[in-house]
Amino acid sequence: MTATKMSGADALLESFERQGVKEVFGLLGGAILPVYDALCHHPKIRHILVRHEQGAAHAADGYARASGRPGVCFATSGPGATNLVTGIANAYMDSSPVIALTGQVPSSGVNTSYMIGRDSFQEADIIGITTPITKYNHQLRTVAEIPQAVSQAFYVASTGRPGPVLIDFPKNIQAEVAAVEWTEHIDIRGYNPTTNPHPLQIRKAVELLAEAERPVLLAGGGVISANASDELLTIAELLLAPVATTFMGKGSFPEIHPLSLGTIGMHGNPLANKMILEADVLLAVGMRFGDRATGNTDTFCPSAKKIHIDIDAAEIGKNIEVDVPIVADAKKALSSIYERLIHQVKKNPESVWQTRIKDVRNQLNPSEQNEPKEFKPKTILQTLRKILPESTIVTTEVGQNQMWSALYFKALRPRTFISSGGLGTMGFGFPASIGAKVACPDRPVVDIAGDGSFIMTEQELACSVTEDIPVTVIVLNNSMLGMVAQWQRMFYKKRYMATKLGTSPDMVKLAEAYGAQGLRARSIPEFQKAVSEALKSKVTTVIDVPIGSEEDVVPMVPPGCGLGQQVGDY
Amino acid sequence: MVIAALVENKPGVLHSVSNMFRRRGFNIESITVGHTEQKGLTRMTITVSGDEKTLEQIAKQMNKLIDVVKVNQLEPESIVTRELALVKVNVPDIKSRSDIINCVEVFRGRVVDVSTESLMVEITGTPDKIDAFLNLMKTYGIAELARTGLTALSRGVKSLKVDE
Repeated sequence: MTATKMSGADALLESFERQGVKEVFGLLGGAILPVYDALCHHPKIRHILVRHEQGAAHAADGYARASGRPGVCFATSGPGATNLVTGIANAYMDSSPVIALTGQVPSSGVNTSYMIGRDSFQEADIIGITTPITKYNHQLRTVAEIPQAVSQAFYVASTGRPGPVLIDFPKNIQAEVAAVEWTEHIDIRGYNPTTNPHPLQIRKAVELLAEAERPVLLAGGGVISANASDELLTIAELLLAPVATTFMGKGSFPEIHPLSLGTIGMHGNPLANKMILEADVLLAVGMRFGDRATGNTDTFCPSAKKIHIDIDAAEIGKNIEVDVPIVADAKKALSSIYERLIHQVKKNPESVWQTRIKDVRNQLNPSEQNEPKEFKPKTILQTLRKILPESTIVTTEVGQNQMWSALYFKALRPRTFISSGGLGTMGFGFPASIGAKVACPDRPVVDIAGDGSFIMTEQELACSVTEDIPVTVIVLNNSMLGMVAQWQRMFYKKRYMATKLGTSPDMVKLAEAYGAQGLRARSIPEFQKAVSEALKSKVTTVIDVPIGSEEDVVPMVPPGCGLGQQVGDY
Repeated sequence: MVIAALVENKPGVLHSVSNMFRRRGFNIESITVGHTEQKGLTRMTITVSGDEKTLEQIAKQMNKLIDVVKVNQLEPESIVTRELALVKVNVPDIKSRSDIINCVEVFRGRVVDVSTESLMVEITGTPDKIDAFLNLMKTYGIAELARTGLTALSRGVKSLKVDE
């Protein structure tokens, strides 16, 4: 190993380059100036200037989910760092590999009143603040430790159950020049993710699946992050088992496949919610039995034998008791199951279970209209699916727009449906779409938004226009905080306290003010035309889509109820 | 129930462990922390309450923390547990002084400081034994009390070690 003399800032950026980082999203400030100055002579790294640090964190998250590679965001100390917090918490809940770098006030120096621990200007204890919402965080103390600390940050963020890692970088260490040795060596004795499944557990799972009369597969976000969609598909087709996904698992299985049931959960597809309760064997992969997915856990598949594959041992038995726990990488576990299962299973397309699924599907999932007359969220989203190329990456905001998307916008491939499932962060979708577009510049990227959510991070229109990152935003505009208003309608006797947003701002003019294209669509043909125009546009396009202000997302499982108690038609 | 963990001797590790307990609603009854015979490793002994399932979750959630290297649930029947207490007992009169000293001898404690109005006693043992001693001292009045919390080791050859 050869030692090179360089500043901490250079050591950090070179370490990032060695990790393959080509783009970072950030917003600078005093305590991270040396890093930004060093960016001047690291042209291999493109810096994308956001207008609020939350946007940087969400963009890094969207980048990571679209590409499968860690996304990186930079912020300064204090308020810059705390503005990242929502984005970091979001990445943590949805297990997304985000690397956050924050500037920090100096750890030592000439001006001792401006130092860590003295409540200095723009000082925040970001390590303390982010401990419960990061997979790992670390404050750099020396220049020499930087190469290994960065390697380990990327390793921890992207292996096992992925998650965000924060590196806090005191300003004096950024500026200090010292000898740096490059190393790829990773030595974390407290971190050894189990990726290989236990053979005995695999055997038990295979026995259950081979004997199953009514098997159902349930795929979560872990299938996507483990790139295990092909393995899932082969098992499903081998068993002729229908596949439901959690909301986070949307895209892990093509939703136009004859075995697809759609998503389960509070706003799940009634077909998925019904069939999963009839299963005798449930194979759940890369999911955590979250409350929005299972409904009341007492009535969640009580009679099914449950096989649970997850890479995070702490998820096994946390929310639901299971019969066969398998702690492993989803891809490895599914291939092991397939290799054994293939010798034991005979397909029977005429089985009672296949007939039952067909019947329930016909009853609960009516086929789509070809030329819908109605201009409603359902028909709008079904129309959108028909227009968008299969490679399109869709992000969503949070609320009704998101749940309508879950119900009616069919995801066809992994990493093409990106949404804030765990934290439910309004304002996530738009900056995430910018991140996704940076990761996949040749593919169309569309944010399905609501007016309430879009306004929360709308300032990133400036980022997308000036940085030339064209995306499409479809604002389902009901002039309401629609999902909360729906709950007020259903459970608070229509008392619309603080949910009416009015018609401000004018979304078309707003887009134009930023130099983006603004369009409005009031019918299906207008909508088709607007989307086609947006897809061709060289600049970001906001399509304002006015919809009724009292539109409900149904079907719905009321809070506290089981999946069997879903109300409303699909 | 007692959980023993080996953790990296780094800043912030105690915070991340105690923070995880707080955030997930687990209850720490006592926690003791100190160096071990293994370089760079600190041992935490944590006494917790809860059923089997809660304990399993606690152990798993601790294991998830990157700086926690190893976690063991210690079986109550196969461990030695100790706690140390320093107790300052009021001495209202001369007769009480000798009564207290007798008591201390019975409990195999030691008088470590004497003043005209008080005695300081050092006592080690299981938490139950210390409770019993403190109960007796209440008659004289306890002026001040410091307990270390419980620490524990498994009996026999079984030990918590990190493979080199």
